[in-house]
Parts: sequence; C-alpha cells; structure tokens
Amino acid sequence: MINFNQVYKRYPNQYEALSGLSFHLERGEMAFLTGHSGAGKSTLLKLIALIERSTHGQVIINNQNLGRMPKWKVPYYRRMIGLVFQDHNLLHDRTVFDNVALPLIISGENHREIGRRVRAALDKVGLLGKERNLPIALSGGEQQRVGIARAVVNRPPILLADEPTGNLDPELSQEIMQLFEQFNQVGVTVFIASHDHDLISRMPYRRIVLQNGRLAE
Amino acid sequence: MNIVERFKNYLLRHIQVMLSSLGELWRHPLASIMTIVVIGIALALPAGLLVMLTNVAQISGQWQDSHQISLFLNDEVGDTRGQQLAEQLLSWPDISAVEFKSSSESLEEFRELSGLGSMLDNLPKNPLPAVIIVQAADDFSETENIEDLLDRLARMQDIALAQLDMQWLQRLRSLNQTAQRAIQILAALLSISVLLVIGNTIRLSILNRQAEIRVIKLVGGTNAFVRRPFLYTGFWYGFLGGVVAWLTLLTSLAVISGPINALASQYDNVFSLQWLAGELFLALPLLGVLLGVLGAWLAVGKHLSAIEPN
Repeated sequence: MINFNQVYKRYPNQYEALSGLSFHLERGEMAFLTGHSGAGKSTLLKLIALIERSTHGQVIINNQNLGRMPKWKVPYYRRMIGLVFQDHNLLHDRTVFDNVALPLIISGENHREIGRRVRAALDKVGLLGKERNLPIALSGGEQQRVGIARAVVNRPPILLADEPTGNLDPELSQEIMQLFEQFNQVGVTVFIASHDHDLISRMPYRRIVLQNGRLAE
Repeated sequence: MNIVERFKNYLLRHIQVMLSSLGELWRHPLASIMTIVVIGIALALPAGLLVMLTNVAQISGQWQDSHQISLFLNDEVGDTRGQQLAEQLLSWPDISAVEFKSSSESLEEFRELSGLGSMLDNLPKNPLPAVIIVQAADDFSETENIEDLLDRLARMQDIALAQLDMQWLQRLRSLNQTAQRAIQILAALLSISVLLVIGNTIRLSILNRQAEIRVIKLVGGTNAFVRRPFLYTGFWYGFLGGVVAWLTLLTSLAVISGPINALASQYDNVFSLQWLAGELFLALPLLGVLLGVLGAWLAVGKHLSAIEPN
C-alpha cells in the first residue's frame, strides 16, 4: 500500500532529510514511525501526502507512482488519505459538524449524505452530542477526535497521523490510539508518527525507526 | 454518485457559495459598502460622460450632412452661363446634385428670409451674386475628397468663392470624436482601477483565510474549490458596484434634466435628453461583474500557489 524505494529528499539548503529510504507497508497494516526529532518523520509523511515531492527514488502509494502525478491530480489523490495532525488544524470559526463535513463538501456529496456520514464519524469518535459546538469549546483530546473524525469521514484507505498524541496526557493518548486501532480493524492502512515510546511499546505493531533519514535496524 | 446527481450537487454548491459570499459581505457592512461605492463611482463616471456624448451626437446629427458646397459666381457671369456651368458640374462623378440660383433669385430669397422687404428695392443694383449649390456624392464624402473637390471648384474661372457649408458642424464632430476617445481612455483607466480595488480587497480576505485555504488543500480541495468563494465575492462587488453606478447616474441625470429641458424648449425642443437607462442597467452591472470576477481571479491566482499546505 505504501512503498518507498530508495527515496531521497534534499531541501534547497542542501539539508538531506531522507537518504535512500526503502520500506513497505501492506494494505490494511498498522505501523508506527519513530525516531528522534529531525530524523525525517514529518518529511516522510509529507511525501506520502504529496505535500512535498521526493528528490530521488520512487514513492508508490496504492499502486500510484507519486513522482509521475501531475499537479492537477494531487487534490483527488489527497482525498484517499486521511491526515491527522498534532495541532489538529481545525477551522475555529466553524462548528464541529462543519469541520468534519469539509472533505465531503469538497468531494461534492449531497446534503443528506453529508449529514449521515458526519454523524457516523462523530459517533465513532464519541462526539455526537457536540456537533454544534465550536472547536474552541472542546478540550484538547476532543479537538483531536474532531480531527480524526474529519480524517476518516470520507472513508480513505490510508490514515496518516503526525504526533497525534503529542499534546495529550497518557490516558487520552491511549484512547486516541484505540480509535486508530478500530479504524485499522475495518481495513484502513494506518501509519502513525510518534515519539511516545511508552505508548507504542505497549502496542503490538511494527515500528519503522528512522535515524538521520535512514532506516535504523 | 451518477453524473446527474454530481451535477446537481455541483450547481447546489455554487448557489450555496454564491449566497454565503454575499453573506460574508453583509457581515462587514461598512467595509463592503465603501468598496462597492468606490466601484460604483468609478463605473458611473465614464458612463455619465458617455450619456452626455451620446446626447451631443444626437443633437448634431439632426443637421443635414455637411457635404454641401456653395459656389458664388463672378458678377460678369450671366444666368445662361451659370446654368450651363451647373449642368457641366452635374456630370462630375463626385457631384450628385446641383442647384442654380440667379442673382435675382438670391435677392428674392434674401428678401423673404431677412424681412427687409421693400427696403431692398432702394438698392441701386442687386449686390448678391448668382450661386450654384453643389451636393457631393455619397461615395466621395470623405473629408479629403470634399477638400479636393472644393479646391478644384475654387480654381475654376467663373467662380469667385467656393465655400463648404457648415464646416463648423464637422469641427463639432471632430471635437466629439476627440471627446469620445478621451472617454474611452478614461473608461479603460477607471476599469483598471476597479480591477485593482477588487483585487486588493480579495487579496486581504485571502490573507485572512490563509489557514482555511491550507486546510482545504490538505483534505483534497482543488484550486477551483478554493477559488470559488473569492470569485463570487468579486462577482458581488462588481454587480453591486454596477447597480450603485446606475443609481448614481440616474440621480445625476434627474438633477440635470430640468435645466436641459428648459434649454431645449428655447430651441423648439429639437432635442430631448436621452437617459439610456435601460442599456446602462444591463451594461453597468455586467461590466462590474466582469471586472469583479477578473480582479478576483487575478488576486486568487497570485496567492493560490503561494499558500501551500507546508
């Protein structure tokens, strides 16, 4: 599902974030991406989401070679990837419902379908009662769950998360991870960047460890 | 989703964005009104001048075309010779009609028009020359053709003076054309300023919504999706600006029409003020919308690529 083949990423200032990285994630797999800060975790996720492109090597996601993808196709490609961020990236002038509905509005779903799917997603993250609230009225953990609901609302086959529990206490972090597990159980490929070693060592998933832009074995 | 439903959702989405961008203007009424009035004035100014120009052209158009030349014959040329000359001129390709007036006919005409009546009988001799009035053919009605004809006629032996009638009218027309050109330039400049005003307003609202644009791009929004609300904002600015321009213009014309009608009545009502209200009601909002959407497009295009989800 996620396939990196000798991928290099060099920034204009000659800093090499990824150096010949190769790894493979199966369809329906759940895995963690770890490594100390600056090891290239964020860069790797950005390459998958096509926020950035690799300098060398192939990134093949869901059988699509991202290096060959024309610019106009990028938005459509991104719709099959759910993104969860450390700082949630919610729109603070819109209700929880409107935040979660955004991907569906973008892909042109009809009104009824949007209502149905948004409520289903909010139900799954346990926030059904808060759809009329503004994000600012929610706790940090709840905001992160809104972010997750938005990431899964259009049922993407891949879910990427960049430090999703970075700002949460251990108990809330555990809940969030359980949410990711639930999505993985229904077939979503889940890839989570995290440096929360306590948390991920207790979970039975593969760990891809980065060190200076390479795999650390 | 099938195609029909997809299209329906797309249309619905457009209407939604159209209304919500109008709502966005409504939420900041002072800023919106200022922008709209600026656009309205910028559109009303050239449109107002155009209305004035159209009216002037209408007035001057009521006089006959100035392709008429009066030939005053030398005193010693007799009536028969004058007749012959007129017939000879009629055979010229660039002359379509001639009319010969002997000196006594001219005197008679003058007697009627001047109202001097029997006073003229006291003159020792008729002071008026015989006249041939020449009408230039339509095919030769360009200014240089007329001037060439005038030149050839003036050099003829029997002719004392060849005079192009109503040369002043032509001057008026040239003046009118100059004014028209000036108004076109003014309209172009003001259109550019409308474009810039809208572009700048949209630019500010893009900067205010940078975070939102970034998120939209992250969850798979196309450039068209990001652009759409801004284009509709431009649409509304332009449209409402056009309506304001129209209202401004009609108010100004209403104020000016009193004195103009008074003036017209002194000239036997040979003209009346043309308001062009219907034409402008279509043209001004349409022009506004065009400029608004274009301005928004330019502003968004410049910033869209700058805001990448990074």
